[in-house]
This record gives sequence, C-alpha cells and structure tokens, in this order.
Amino acid sequence: MEKLFMTGNEAIAEAAVRAGCRYYFGYPITPQNEIPEYMVKRLPEVGGVFLQAESEIASIFMVYGAAGSGARVMTSSASPGISLKQEGISYIAAAELPCVIVNMMRGGPGLGGIQPSQSDYFQATKGGGHGDYHLFVLAPATVQEAADLCLEAFDIADRYRNPVMILGDGVLGQMMEPVSFQDRRPAADLPEKTWALTGTKGRAANVVKTLNLDPSVLEKHNLKLQEKYKRMAKEEVRVECYQVDDAEIVIAAYGTVARIAKTAIQALREKGIKAGLVRPITLYPFPYKTFADIAPKVRKILTVEMSLGQMVEDVRLAVGDKTEVCFFGRCGGIVPGYEEIVVEVEKLTAKVAR
Amino acid sequence: MNGKSIYTSVIMAGFGGQGLMFIGKLLAYSAMKRGLHVTWIPSYGPEMRGGTANCTVVVSSEPIGSPVIQKPESLIVMNNPSLEAFEPRLKAGGLLFLNADLVTRPATRTDINVIALPANDEAVRVGEHRAANMVVFGAYVARGGILSRDDVAAGLSGLFGEKAASKLEVNMKAFDAGVKYAQAAPARA
Repeated sequence: MEKLFMTGNEAIAEAAVRAGCRYYFGYPITPQNEIPEYMVKRLPEVGGVFLQAESEIASIFMVYGAAGSGARVMTSSASPGISLKQEGISYIAAAELPCVIVNMMRGGPGLGGIQPSQSDYFQATKGGGHGDYHLFVLAPATVQEAADLCLEAFDIADRYRNPVMILGDGVLGQMMEPVSFQDRRPAADLPEKTWALTGTKGRAANVVKTLNLDPSVLEKHNLKLQEKYKRMAKEEVRVECYQVDDAEIVIAAYGTVARIAKTAIQALREKGIKAGLVRPITLYPFPYKTFADIAPKVRKILTVEMSLGQMVEDVRLAVGDKTEVCFFGRCGGIVPGYEEIVVEVEKLTAKVAR
Repeated sequence: MNGKSIYTSVIMAGFGGQGLMFIGKLLAYSAMKRGLHVTWIPSYGPEMRGGTANCTVVVSSEPIGSPVIQKPESLIVMNNPSLEAFEPRLKAGGLLFLNADLVTRPATRTDINVIALPANDEAVRVGEHRAANMVVFGAYVARGGILSRDDVAAGLSGLFGEKAASKLEVNMKAFDAGVKYAQAAPARA
C-alpha cells in the first residue's frame, strides 16, 4: 500500500473523507488548523460541504443539524474551542446523533497555551457538558493509528448513535509520519438511520429534540443512554499491552505519552528493569479490566500524563488496593522526555528494592 | 534494507524561512521512501514568525517510540539563537553542522564534532542563494550515512512535485557542495 507522508491532522481529515464524511463545520484554533485547511480543499472534490462558522458554538450546532439529517459529519478544535462546543455536544449526546469531534489538546486551563497537553481527559471522558452522558473517546498514538481510528470512528458513531471524540494533542496533530489508508467501506451491519430527518414523504415525521419536561420520560431516556454505555463497555474496549508479561512496573499512558513511554521502557530494560506499558486506546469505555487483571502481578503502576493527574483516577479505580498506583505528569505544554520517565521509574524501583 | 539496525535523531534549527523545516521533511520523506520509519515534528506557534524555527526528525529501522528528542545525535544550526538554544542539548560525541556564514561564534563544547561550512557562500556560488539549507543538508547526509544521493534526489522530486522540477538541479548542486565540504572537513573544528 502506498505510504503518504502526512501530519496527524491531515491524516484524520483524509480518513474522515474516506469514511464518507461530507460535512465539516469548524472554527480555527492552533494546533489543529491543518484539519480545516485540508477539508476546505478536499471536501469540494467529493461534493461535500466545508463551512467555517462564526464561532465554535455555531459550528457544533451545524454538526447537530447535519447529524440529525443522517449525514456523516465532523468538527474539530483544540481545548478552549472544545469547551465552547460543550453545550452542543451535550445536545448531540442527548439526541443520540452520530458525529465525530476531534480535540487536539493544548495546555490549559483558560486560553492557556498552544503547546501539547492531555489535560482535557476529564472533560472528554466524564462529560464536559451538562447531564448524564458520555462520548466514545479514542486516543491514537501515531499518525497511522489516527487515520485508522478516524475511519472507524464514523462506524462506531453510527452503531451506537453516539458522538465519538478523537482525543489527540499538539504533537499528534503537528507530527508527520508515514501513513497508508485502507480501502474501507462503512460496516455492512450498521443500523439504518430510520430516525433521521430526511423529509416526511410517505411516513410520519421524525423528531430530533432534547427537551423532555416529563421527569419519568426523561429518566427513562437517561436509563436507555446508560444501557448503551454499558453495551459500549462490553463490546468496544480497546487497549494495547506492551511488554507487560514479565513486567514488575507497568506504565499507564495514552496517546503521545504512551509512545514516549515505549522508548523509556526500552531504555529501562537495557538497564535490567522490567517495565511494560498498558495503553488505553479507548479512554471511554476505559479498559478497567485490563488494569484490574494486571495489578496483582506487578509491583507498581506508574501513570504518566501531560496533565497533573486525570487518567490516573481511572487507573486507581480499576486497581483498587491490589497494587500501588503512582503518578508523574508534566503540563502547560511541556512534553516529557523519555529520560524523565526513566528517572521516575528508577525512583520507584529503588523504593521497591529497599 | 540489509537488516542492519538504524536509528538516528536530528534537530534542525534556524530562522523561519531558511528552509530548516523543508530539509527535515526531505530527510524524513526520503528515508520513508527507503522503507524506514520516520517522524518529523515542527516547532509551531508564534516563534515561527521571524524568530527561530526548528524541527526534530527521527529515522529508524524499528517503529519509533518517542518523536520528541531531548538529546539529538546530530544538530543543524543556521543562526546564533539556535546555537544558544540547542548546543547544550546535543548528545556527547554528536555532530554539529553550522552555517558559518550566519553563526558568528564558535561552538563552546569540546565533546562534540563540529562541521562548519559557509553555506550561504556555497549556495550563491551554485546559483541559488536560497539553497543554503541544501548545502548544510548535503554535509549532514554525507556524514549521516543513511541516505544516498539518489535517495535525496528522489525525495526532492517527490516533495517538489512537477511544478518545481526545474529547481531540482540547482538544489542538488547545492547538496553536492555540502557533501564535498563534509568530506574535506576535519572531524573536529
């Protein structure tokens, strides 16, 4: 297969087009501007629509409209812009509309900086907008994986009628790597979009709305959503285990940090320290079971993030008191070097030896 | 590939507009065409407007873990601020390529190998004053031992596309000037 040389942002955009995405609505923000830049050229070639909205809020509600009509649609932004979209994201989750939302995280809080970060984990996985809802969250670590997961994201969104977030960071968005695109059609077993607003000729009107003034009806709707999230957790958890079989210390990391951790693990093993990596690929649903299963077999788990400790809460939830869960993080746009991770692991192993 | 394990990392730094990002891409793209794993990361943001710009390239026969490199094996420096910023980070025993026409102070470290070359002069001499980046790149490739001249020529035409085919020859002339310089220069300045 031909290898192209692309940024993560471009690879996601191209994958979306190949997945059948024909509508993109967004508003510019660093470090994800290559996505709209790519889409504005590419979508007209396939008869699609690119629209730069007047704001993030407008763009997410355009996504709401396009998704409501059954179209494959995407928006993208970076941290502060994703915060602005939260109202619409909550509506889309409530209305059970499939769409793909890309967040190339940068340092926060507030307007923060433009350098890479992972400090939107809570926002992405726990809600972010109001109400009891969850996004399906995918965390690619390479440009190839970003393309592959984006292709799949549209199927997952359609299968569960749920917004899917691709959670990357400035490194993944800006980095160029070789990438090849599988020839992939939407899965054959996806449910028909009988709920979509396509005109009422020959049928009763479909209604897409989120206002529900009857508490008993609204509670039922919430319970139905929860059933769906349980189904995702049963069917869709994805996780990579790297050199964990003989590991005494396991690093838990996702996305860019996970690949930096792999280099650290190689360096640690050269020094005779048996380290491994558990890399959640789905952040929601989270691979609780993988961590629970591994915990009794390892001395410690070190969670490493470009934040001051967000995913580590899920790791602790999974592990309980089966092993000690430690944390190392850099934030504000600082990307940790593998050497720093090596030092942290060595500190922990020194304590183990004592 | 002949089964030999390959791994190298380089940071390329200079003023925005000097073509550092481009030669970084050229290295990564040419190596990719040879079947190697590559990553290329730019510095991005306000520092690109008039200030210093840099990119980091990793080339490996194995899948690449960290694309972010604290201590690169080689360093290409095209201005003074970049030397300030990156000289301390070069790995001990590493290669420092300096554009001596613009970097006005010598390297201070004694545990590295310095190849200083008048890249701007050489670029003017071959007839394209904007090709100083290719002169330094020639020196880097000659010392790096991963890419051949043909790899670079193929990479260049791949990246340029048809519209800039006429620029190929003069860029390769600049590249050759750099190669010559690296071969003639002593290992240590």
